[in-house]
Amino acid sequence: MGNKHVNAIVVGAGAGGGIVAKELSVAGLSVVLFERGGWATYDDTDTDELKSQRTTVLGNAYGPDDQRYKRVVVNNDGSANIVLPSEGGYNNNAACVGSGTVSYGAMAWRFMQEDFKLKTTYGPIEGSTLDDWPITYEDLEPCYEKAEWEIGVAGDATQNPFGAPRNKPYPMPPFSHNKEAKLLYDAAKRLGYHPFPIPMLRNSVPYGGRPACIRMRTCCGFACPVNAKCGTHNTVIPIAIESGNCELRINSVVSEILVNEQGKITGVTYFDEKNRKQTQTADIVVVSGSATETARLLLNSKSKFFPKGIGNENDWVGHNLQGHAYTGAYGIFEDEVYDDLGPGASVAISDFNHHNPGIMGGGVLCNEFIRMPYSFTGIRPPGSASWGKEHKAFQRLNFKRVAQAVGPYQEIPNFEARVEVDPTVKDFWGIPVARLSGTRHEKDIEGCRLMSEKAELWLKEAGAVQTWQSVGGGKGISGGQHQAGTCRMGNDPKTSVTDKYGRIHAVPNLFVADGSLNVNNGGFNPALTIMALGFRVGGYIASEWSKGNRFK
Amino acid sequence: MKKQLKLTRRRFITLSVLGAGGMCLLSRCANPPLSPWRFVTEQESKLLDALVEQIIPTDEWPGGRDAGVTNFIDMQLTGPYARYQESYRKGLAAIEETCKTKFQKRFEELPFEEQTQFLKTMEAGKMEGKLWEKGFDRQFFRLIRDHSMQGFYGSPRHGGNKNNVSYKMMRLDYPVIIGQNRYNN
Ligand SMILES: Cc1cc2nc3c(=O)[nH]c(=O)nc-3n(C[C@H](O)[C@H](O)[C@H](O)COP(=O)(O)OP(=O)(O)OC[C@H]3O[C@@H](n4cnc5c(N)ncnc54)[C@H](O)[C@@H]3O)c2cc1C
Repeated sequence: MGNKHVNAIVVGAGAGGGIVAKELSVAGLSVVLFERGGWATYDDTDTDELKSQRTTVLGNAYGPDDQRYKRVVVNNDGSANIVLPSEGGYNNNAACVGSGTVSYGAMAWRFMQEDFKLKTTYGPIEGSTLDDWPITYEDLEPCYEKAEWEIGVAGDATQNPFGAPRNKPYPMPPFSHNKEAKLLYDAAKRLGYHPFPIPMLRNSVPYGGRPACIRMRTCCGFACPVNAKCGTHNTVIPIAIESGNCELRINSVVSEILVNEQGKITGVTYFDEKNRKQTQTADIVVVSGSATETARLLLNSKSKFFPKGIGNENDWVGHNLQGHAYTGAYGIFEDEVYDDLGPGASVAISDFNHHNPGIMGGGVLCNEFIRMPYSFTGIRPPGSASWGKEHKAFQRLNFKRVAQAVGPYQEIPNFEARVEVDPTVKDFWGIPVARLSGTRHEKDIEGCRLMSEKAELWLKEAGAVQTWQSVGGGKGISGGQHQAGTCRMGNDPKTSVTDKYGRIHAVPNLFVADGSLNVNNGGFNPALTIMALGFRVGGYIASEWSKGNRFK
Repeated sequence: MKKQLKLTRRRFITLSVLGAGGMCLLSRCANPPLSPWRFVTEQESKLLDALVEQIIPTDEWPGGRDAGVTNFIDMQLTGPYARYQESYRKGLAAIEETCKTKFQKRFEELPFEEQTQFLKTMEAGKMEGKLWEKGFDRQFFRLIRDHSMQGFYGSPRHGGNKNNVSYKMMRLDYPVIIGQNRYNN
């Protein structure tokens, strides 16, 4: 038996991994791209709110499933419990070809220049591992451009004066605003803010051989029925496969990175679609399993050479887990503001993303994606009934009258927020599961309060007659859909896991390319930055390979 | 005009509910042990009907009972919610038990207002006695509330939201029409 040796293995066909697989295979390297999930389509679950990727009460539409996967979560009081993928505590993103990029909201943000220099900008913060990236925004700019043009982004950068400098416009024109976004756009102008259309990884016009968006309300959390949302599953991964150099191996769960008798990385072991344990060897391994699963795989790969897991000599793998503290406000309007025109979110302000006195960072504020009937049952002004006649009447009267302004506060990196492997609990295949512990930095709440105040003001100006804040950033584990930071890049091996090209410091042929690399997570959704990092890591490996470097 | 429309809709729903019940009775005569339920017992289903009707009461629109929320819960308890089977068995029995000692009646026999009061006590975590120890009152209340909301406001394919009743109430066009291109409007 045995699989043919290849040049490169990529673990995970999500945002980062899909791009690396394409960069390597079109450069002529033979690649096996592993994905634990399968292909996902709209028809699998269509517009089912209860089984989507946002409201997962009856399961994750786009993986993973409750039958085979679990994690352990350590609570604030020190107790621990097992959580399933459909439960919030699991901190899920997705598991399918394309991962989160199949069902995401598709906001396409570039981080700002300051985001790469948080320590220089804000100085050290007590209790935080805040640091500068080993690269600047300018280093990543060409990769952002590749992501925008190869995956596809619609937007108009000229309307955002706070956006980082760029060489090229977006390839597609921006989306028009729906009713609530128009109100918020005008209100922001009146307040002296700088509203602009949210850049979207979604076709506003036909692009990349796929049609334009049909503006359904069920977009964020769902796959697209007409393939107008741009992810790695319908752009770079098909290109990789067409190159003839990349085999996509789906329903295959990588369990360990293999180390030979000389201490060299030689490939991986995995469980195939029939749950048989297999081996795949390669010259190079790139891990792109997302922040939690990448850390888990490295930590599960223990040997006499790497007794604490690969890349973990200095005990940094899995630390600095972060996501985003979502924070904002709601407003009830006298007239209906809901016009059923998806995807919903379209207007943003970046006025409070940095340089807020006394606050580290900040974040972008947007109108929210379209609400769904069940999720709306949890949206009520403080003190309202959460059931009964009054609750039902509110649902009926206000569903089309409520708008939300909300955004991702950039969390302050915290070393104690971390991914470990659990000493006893194992998944279906017998692989030790991820154990999440720690909490957000205690100062996150201050930034959240500021953003929520601004959001509330914004809604009031737009005409909301009743408003209330929903402040994020409380105690608890962060990660979830925006998970990042667990294998941060850096120049100093003592305070980082990889170098500035995503290579594990002490290992010449092992790379990471996903959200794990992020030193911090920006005041923005992270997918475009993760894609840019995919182009950076993949591009670096490909160009070195063409020069004869075999990473030995 | 509007009123008339609503009336007709309500009558339609009442009729359809009667219709289903009638059929059910017929099949029972022929085959008595057959139960329409997957997990809950006949008795538990009556209690659940009353509970979901409390969470989402009938007003000018049907409530949890007529929208099939009990059916939703029963269906999910043999699927994704199998992990809550024990809580339901224990919680429903605890409600029964408490009502019997306190009121010498079943929960579903209590006047609507008294039922509401009972649930408010559960919600506040103020139930007394061994049955409700360790916050089980609050926990079980939340379970019922969340699952009722899911059944009423989620897709009818999961056994609740009969005839898309909540979507109609919220004036959402369901099922969503696919293929409409409203980009240029
Ligand atoms: C509903 C939703 C909305 C979102 N909206 C936005 C948005 O608007 N804007 C934005 O920027 N971001 C958004 N995101 C987040 C975005 O999808 C993620 O940031 C991004 O996908 C993360 O990229 P990654 O490469 O780090 O990991 P992923 O894209 O998660 O890729 C990891 C892949 O690796 C696979 N894998 C993991 N371990 C193994 C293993 N051992 N063996 C085999 N395969 C493995 C996983 O199954 C997965 O497919 C959203 C996500 C969701 C779910």
